Amino acid sequence: MSTFVLLTVTGLGLGAMYFLIASGLSLIYGLMGVLNFAHGALLTVGAYATWWTSTKVDGGPGTKLLVGALAGLVVGAVLAALIELVLIRPLYRRPVEQVLVTVGLALALNALVEAIWGFDARPFPVPSWLIDTTSVLGASIPNDRFVEIAAAAVVLVGLNAFLRYTRYGLIIRAGVENRAMVTALGIDVRKAFTLVFAIGGSLAALAGVLSGVYYGVVDPGRGTSLLIFAFIVVVIGGFGSIGGTAVAAVAVGLIQQYANYYASSGLGDLAVVLLLAIVLLLKPEGLSPKVAH
Amino acid sequence: MSTPAPLIRVDDLHVHLGESHVLQGISFDVPEGGVTALLGRNGVGKTTTLRAMMGLVPRRGTVTLAGEETTRLQTHAIVRRGVGYVPEDRDVFAGLSVDENLRLAERGGELRYELVYELFPELKARGGQKAGTLSGGQQQMVAIARALLNDNPVLLVDEPTKGLAPLLVTEVAAALERAAELTTVLLVEQNLAVVARVAQQVVVVDGGRVVHTGSAAELLGDPDKVRSLLGVSGGGH
Repeated sequence: MSTFVLLTVTGLGLGAMYFLIASGLSLIYGLMGVLNFAHGALLTVGAYATWWTSTKVDGGPGTKLLVGALAGLVVGAVLAALIELVLIRPLYRRPVEQVLVTVGLALALNALVEAIWGFDARPFPVPSWLIDTTSVLGASIPNDRFVEIAAAAVVLVGLNAFLRYTRYGLIIRAGVENRAMVTALGIDVRKAFTLVFAIGGSLAALAGVLSGVYYGVVDPGRGTSLLIFAFIVVVIGGFGSIGGTAVAAVAVGLIQQYANYYASSGLGDLAVVLLLAIVLLLKPEGLSPKVAH
Repeated sequence: MSTPAPLIRVDDLHVHLGESHVLQGISFDVPEGGVTALLGRNGVGKTTTLRAMMGLVPRRGTVTLAGEETTRLQTHAIVRRGVGYVPEDRDVFAGLSVDENLRLAERGGELRYELVYELFPELKARGGQKAGTLSGGQQQMVAIARALLNDNPVLLVDEPTKGLAPLLVTEVAAALERAAELTTVLLVEQNLAVVARVAQQVVVVDGGRVVHTGSAAELLGDPDKVRSLLGVSGGGH
């Protein structure tokens, strides 16, 4: 029983990170039709910005992490907004070129991180209380899992509130359905594009922070490896749907953990691909398609 | 005495969609006030004309609104110059409630909720309902209401009665008549009875060009002309 609880909470923690990356990807594709392959690089840059800032801050690991995370989130948001303004916006009617630009940007950002800070993993500032465990139904759960789950839950509630109760949220929900008609109501939808990119970038950076806490280190390949699963989550959840993304992220995180333990180590990734295949066969448009709520 | 300048002037408008040269130099004027109907057989470019005027398709030529050329503007900027648009397929936001659809259309300034709810009381009663669950007629009401909500000097309305039951056609025609008291309407419409009821001028398009302009009553009163220009028999009654 204790093993099952540990696997479940760890799976939820992993799902939380997938959700943070995938929600931005999903909104960006749902609203703008842009497949952003540079999203993983935003995670990496956010994580490195957090780590770098933490090395410049005096204080304990908690203070370092908090200040570093704030810097990481700002860097993620600003970088994503710049990417949208400078690289994506001129290519809105050219989707193939857009994809190529984001792929190239992902490679370039990763190379830049490697050039500045090297290939070696860097230790992340993790306070001891996050490494400590709490006993839940006989299982010793590392506390960082709860923080990851709580962060994703706050983001889920916050994103839903933003989409439901703000004017920009309304524009984004409408834009996911029919971008041209939003402009035909006199709305400059490009402002919403930049905002969605910035939100996506900061959420990717938050995932970078949490992955640093989860693994205890940050390395240049982190974003790319998590991005693959985030894409699977988005396809399963349905592009443009935050609720669908959340459900899919939890499913992918849990299945990965259970399959790795109960079947065979390494089978988790295969199980996720199998889940993707099943969903695509039964519901090709994903669990909850094209409606941003 | 010189005639007043038209509110809208479309001059030599060309649109290419893929290999097809859909609009081949459309030119016409729309006078201020009332309803001008844009008529023609299926597929001659009426909807494309409205979409080109809205900047929703790449186009060449000029469109002038109250003396200002709008061809270089993006769609949202054209709308902000005071052009309301009711698209052919309504294009309501299915996942948004009726209230949210209307709220999205708000552009500041004076909003005509009173008029909208007077014309379509059903929209008030169904404010919280998802627009995707409305009937076709109710969705058309939402689409027209979105355009009427703001004080637009011009409304471009594309086939508002398409696929509607006769009772709803009457309701929509009444709304158009009321709208025309407040604003200038350019209407694409296949239902000649509706045209006869609401329109004062007509512009007939064929093969991507304007082939006739004049008074609505004059055209619809001449069955031979209606047959030759529109390919349908009879007038608008």
